[in-house]
Amino acid sequence: MTDILEVNNLGMRFDKREVFTDLSFKLKAGSMTALLGPNGAGKTTLINILMKMLVPTSGTFRFAQGVRLGYVPQFRNIDAEYPLSIEAFIALNTPVIKTGKVKQAIKTQLEETNLYPIRNTRMGEASGGQKQRAYLAQALLDNPNVIILDEATASLDPVAKDELMSLIQHLNEKHQMTVLFVTHDVPLARKYMKDYLYLNNGTIEQGKMVQFEEAYE
Amino acid sequence: MFALPFMRNAFLASTFIAITCGTVGVYVVARNFSFLAHTLSEIGFAGAAFAVWLGIDPLWGMLLFTLLGSISVGELSLHSEQKESSISAISALFIGLGVLFLAISGANSNYATNILFGSIIGVDRQGVIQLVGLSVIVLLLIFAIQRQLNFDSFDHIGALAHGVKTGVVSLIFLIALAMSVSVGAQIVGSLLVFILLTLPPATANYLGKTVGSMIAWSVFFALLGVWLGLYLGFITNLPVTFFIAVIEVFIYLVTYFTHLIRHNL
Repeated sequence: MTDILEVNNLGMRFDKREVFTDLSFKLKAGSMTALLGPNGAGKTTLINILMKMLVPTSGTFRFAQGVRLGYVPQFRNIDAEYPLSIEAFIALNTPVIKTGKVKQAIKTQLEETNLYPIRNTRMGEASGGQKQRAYLAQALLDNPNVIILDEATASLDPVAKDELMSLIQHLNEKHQMTVLFVTHDVPLARKYMKDYLYLNNGTIEQGKMVQFEEAYE
Repeated sequence: MFALPFMRNAFLASTFIAITCGTVGVYVVARNFSFLAHTLSEIGFAGAAFAVWLGIDPLWGMLLFTLLGSISVGELSLHSEQKESSISAISALFIGLGVLFLAISGANSNYATNILFGSIIGVDRQGVIQLVGLSVIVLLLIFAIQRQLNFDSFDHIGALAHGVKTGVVSLIFLIALAMSVSVGAQIVGSLLVFILLTLPPATANYLGKTVGSMIAWSVFFALLGVWLGLYLGFITNLPVTFFIAVIEVFIYLVTYFTHLIRHNL
């Protein structure tokens, strides 16, 4: 399988704090990788660099040609009074004047994420799991072939976690989407992910999820 | 009522103002800028007083001050950690300046009342053309960036993640907001312009579920308020601003309590 991402000697520091110094790894097309590591290890920083929202202090990274990135960030400002419906929220990522094709794309993603029956529910009144699926659906509207999710299951109950993870598994298996899933939930990663990247103390290790050592937990 | 030219002017001007403030207001509320809209009204007052002192049309002084104020306060509120106290400091400074300009210009207190509380009945033909022109510019600005503005206002983090140039969107919106404050102040006065920019959209928040339907509700309530306010002002000879304020507050409270009751049953 071809590599879709190549990271070479990546380093990042904020003022005096060194987050990591020399990260190198590759991601294969169609892989399903958990980015693991304790809080504060720099997982989100690494993602922000890959999403070009931060500029690394040193090193390089390169996505293969034809990669379309989808990204679901960790936090959103959706409070209980948030007015937009799930459908209107997802459609924020489309032109204001919607052609039939755009409407169809929105419908497809609503169905894909099992949100179609509740598309008129306000986001503010949706459950944590429904919100996460809406964030995912919004990102899927870009028709990505690589999706990065940052702590998407962090605040979810076990049922909602499994629901979201099955959905991600479906995207990987049926649509050959490459998945990079940031989490510190090792049991969950063990259950659904195939590979791991372990970021800790400024270094990164890569391997098969089944071989992920208990000692890290 | 429409036989009188000044009432025709008043209705035409306030119709455009209501459409503009109703539309811009939806984004003011979504971006949590209500406090900023309030501060801009005070900055607008100082600008109008400044124009009176210079002897030019108060509208231009207001535009100048609100544009400068909007961009600086907007930047400050985005980057400063002391957001609320720095905005308070700025409003205090500008109200002080407004009082100073009025005093040294020797304008009578009637003039000050007009700036603070509005004087829609006094808008002449040329004034109407100015207000309509400015309103159209604001609406065109909003329309030009609507996709990005919707995304950034209703899902800032998502917009950042999708590479929307949120800084540019924010700047253009602040310009549109400053212009809306200036035109809105011509009808309800600088002290109460935030009514039209915050109450109709806050009401719309409970009723609309898409950005489009929220704008429609917001414009509808803004229009209802100014039209009814003008009519009641005309027949009672009491201030139009008073009626607009009462109508908008009433609509907001009814919607709010209906929402509460529905959700607690």
